[in-house]
Amino acid sequence: MSSRRKKCKRQILKFGQNVVRFITGTLSSDTAAEEQEQAAQRHRPETIDCLLAQTHFTKRELQILYRGFKNECPNGLVNEDTFKNIYGHFFPHGDSSNYAHFLFRAFDRNQTGFVNFEDFSLGLSALLRGPVEEKLTWVFNLYDINNDGCITKEEMLDIMKAIYDMMGTSLNPRLSEDTARQHTEIFFQKMDKNQNGVITIDEFIECCQKEENIVKSMYIFENAI
Amino acid sequence: MAAGVAAWLPFARAAAIGWMPVANLPMPVAPAEKTKRQDELIVLNVSGRRFQTWRNTLDRYPDTLLGSSEKEFFFNEESGEYFFDRDPDLFRSILNFYRTGKLHYPRYECILAYEEELAFFGIIPEIISDCCYEEYKDRRRENAERLLDDQEDNKDAKLPNMTFRETMWRAFENPHTSTMALVFYYVTGFFIAISVITNVVETVPCATSGPARDIPCGERFTEAFFCMDTACVMIFTVEYLMRLFAAPSRYRFVRSVMSIIDVVAILPYYIGLVMTNNEDVSGAFVTLRVFRVFRIFKFSRHSQGLRILGYTLKSCASELGFLLFSLTMAIIIFATVMFYAEKGSSSSKFTSIPASFWYTIVTMTTLGYGDMVPKTIAGKIFGSICSLSGVLVIALPVPVIVSNFSRIYHQNQRADKRKAQKMQKARLARMRISKADSSSAFMHSKRNGLLSEPLEITQPPYKMKLSHQGSLDEDQHSIKPSTLIESQHHHLLHCLEKTTNHEFVDEQFYEQTYLESALHNYPSRSPSLSSQGLTGSCCTRRPKRLTQLTNDTSGATHTHSHTPHGHTHTNTAGLQELSAIHIQCADQPLTTSRSSLNMRTDDQQSRLNCQGGQITTAIITIPTPPATTPDGDGHAPSPPVSSPGVVKVSAL
Repeated sequence: MSSRRKKCKRQILKFGQNVVRFITGTLSSDTAAEEQEQAAQRHRPETIDCLLAQTHFTKRELQILYRGFKNECPNGLVNEDTFKNIYGHFFPHGDSSNYAHFLFRAFDRNQTGFVNFEDFSLGLSALLRGPVEEKLTWVFNLYDINNDGCITKEEMLDIMKAIYDMMGTSLNPRLSEDTARQHTEIFFQKMDKNQNGVITIDEFIECCQKEENIVKSMYIFENAI
Repeated sequence: MAAGVAAWLPFARAAAIGWMPVANLPMPVAPAEKTKRQDELIVLNVSGRRFQTWRNTLDRYPDTLLGSSEKEFFFNEESGEYFFDRDPDLFRSILNFYRTGKLHYPRYECILAYEEELAFFGIIPEIISDCCYEEYKDRRRENAERLLDDQEDNKDAKLPNMTFRETMWRAFENPHTSTMALVFYYVTGFFIAISVITNVVETVPCATSGPARDIPCGERFTEAFFCMDTACVMIFTVEYLMRLFAAPSRYRFVRSVMSIIDVVAILPYYIGLVMTNNEDVSGAFVTLRVFRVFRIFKFSRHSQGLRILGYTLKSCASELGFLLFSLTMAIIIFATVMFYAEKGSSSSKFTSIPASFWYTIVTMTTLGYGDMVPKTIAGKIFGSICSLSGVLVIALPVPVIVSNFSRIYHQNQRADKRKAQKMQKARLARMRISKADSSSAFMHSKRNGLLSEPLEITQPPYKMKLSHQGSLDEDQHSIKPSTLIESQHHHLLHCLEKTTNHEFVDEQFYEQTYLESALHNYPSRSPSLSSQGLTGSCCTRRPKRLTQLTNDTSGATHTHSHTPHGHTHTNTAGLQELSAIHIQCADQPLTTSRSSLNMRTDDQQSRLNCQGGQITTAIITIPTPPATTPDGDGHAPSPPVSSPGVVKVSAL
């Protein structure tokens, strides 16, 4: 919120400057000032030893990760648009921006609007190398959009729609409007043990650990790095 | 896939864990990495300058020299490095392409050398990034023109065996080639001048000694002028016909501007000949004489400058259009204002707004004839604003036109803006194709059954049919996921399909089948049976037949009494459809049980049914035609992906 207010103020100031410039007759508008502001936002991550201690990765893996990260984002920060852009490359069939938005929110733990390398590596460490509980906790945080500790049907429906959006439209069998909703219903039926309309983290973890399919599927990406 | 983006693939795969609790089907097995290669540095020795980079960097573009195994030819055993005997300065740009994904063109380099290097290293020049692409294209065009000019100088050398027609055409186009051509050139030029002067002198009043009334010379010496006109027109007609005869492409010649000018120049005379005695059209006849002035444009064949002027005006069409448009706007505005301002004054010449147009035009172009002058104070104020703004509006586009003219005049360019546009389209088309490749690569690997490799444990006959299917498919698209990255990406997309229980199909296929199935399901209920020889009608519409067949077999688990359209096939075609049928069987429960809550039990049911159906079709053409589904929309003949229900259970 505060970042939005700041942006507003900045724009009003710029407008005032432009009016003054117009009246006094100076020509070129200075966009370099704004660019400097953005470029000034750089981020240097913590030392590699620090990250080693916090994540489950080896030094080599962290090096590879960081090189890839820095290549795409030289100033050390990923903003949401870049994130959506990158994620969209992997799913050319449909529109992955909604799901990318949720992912971004899940990675950006402090809600700063940027994902830095610590967020990135901590998230990946939980997903790839952590124990099952850690992984499931991460997934729960992904689904829980408003961070209130429980997943409601609306939140789940949003996530489901985002997943289906990634598929695009040319599908077999044909996509209907109800598909996402039905899928959500099935999911809720499975997970919501006490049928109170929300899923808490304990219900979630317990349920998932019971399903052999889900537990097995958590490990298929282990060799990703 | 873009270079750096490939580095994010592990992240995308890790994020896919977010789908896992939602998915109801088991996930496919991940592609195994055969050897976990440590990232190593490789040394590229280019004429003594050593470049070092990670092996992964070069692997990003597997269809270039450095990214493929082609570089092994340059491997030097003793030093353990790759030696290239090429220009090290140019190699910098090429290596940067691998590192950043963007290909830049250095301005100080010769365009030919650069293109040679690109060709050597297997990089297409179309992917030069936008920042340098214009420069690259400009240089290329200059180079091409230079080559063209060189060619033209050689063109004047006479080829040994030219036909009479070709000689004539060459003589017309380049008067310097032979003396006859030069004579012809000057003669036509002379007659054009005579014709124009005649037209002008015709209207001059000649003094007569008779009654003191000046009549134009044309009416006094009618026969003389008529003879002159006839002579000119005959010369022009002969010239036109000769050009028409000699032109290599007559159709193109007739459409060209110069020939139209020729025709317009001589036509009035002939029309006049035909219509002399008719009183009614004599007025029109007089008007036609005006067109004789077009003969002056025939001079453009003789004058390079005139041609360039015409070309400039054509190329500045947008500026001219802007000038015209802004002038019109300004005229209307000021005319309205002046009309209302001068309405009050008596005996004002500004009788209406269109009448004020004349005043506005004369004022804006700073002519100021003075035939219409504002009298009121308001009118005078607005009149002065009008003249000031007129100066501005007219002065603005003029420098653009002038600079254009000088540029064209100095460079003497051909009309290759059209060529540049075509190249732009080709470039965009190539880039689009390479982008579409990334999404179609998944389809093609599915179609080739490559995703089913880890599922080899089950059903050898099924596998045999798949390989048969693969050979029947077009060979051009048999892309194996050559890199690990590709196979991992496809695995990721496959997981997404499993999560949502829907499959990707080709877009055109999708539209085609959904359109057709809507049309076909109804006529397919004809009672003709399978055993009849209906191959004729079937085979003529091959793709549709596939749809029908899959529609038919999709109702394998239902028991309706409709019979499908007949379908006898030769064996090879039958095999192709067998795999299609098999898929449909498998997919069937997914769609019909869309509303059912528990999907897995249906899988097992259908599996048994499918097996039964499959065996039947292997032996005979379907004797008991399975029923069609009641609902109209059929299913697309999806590529032979492994039937999910069958294999998965055993894989786990």
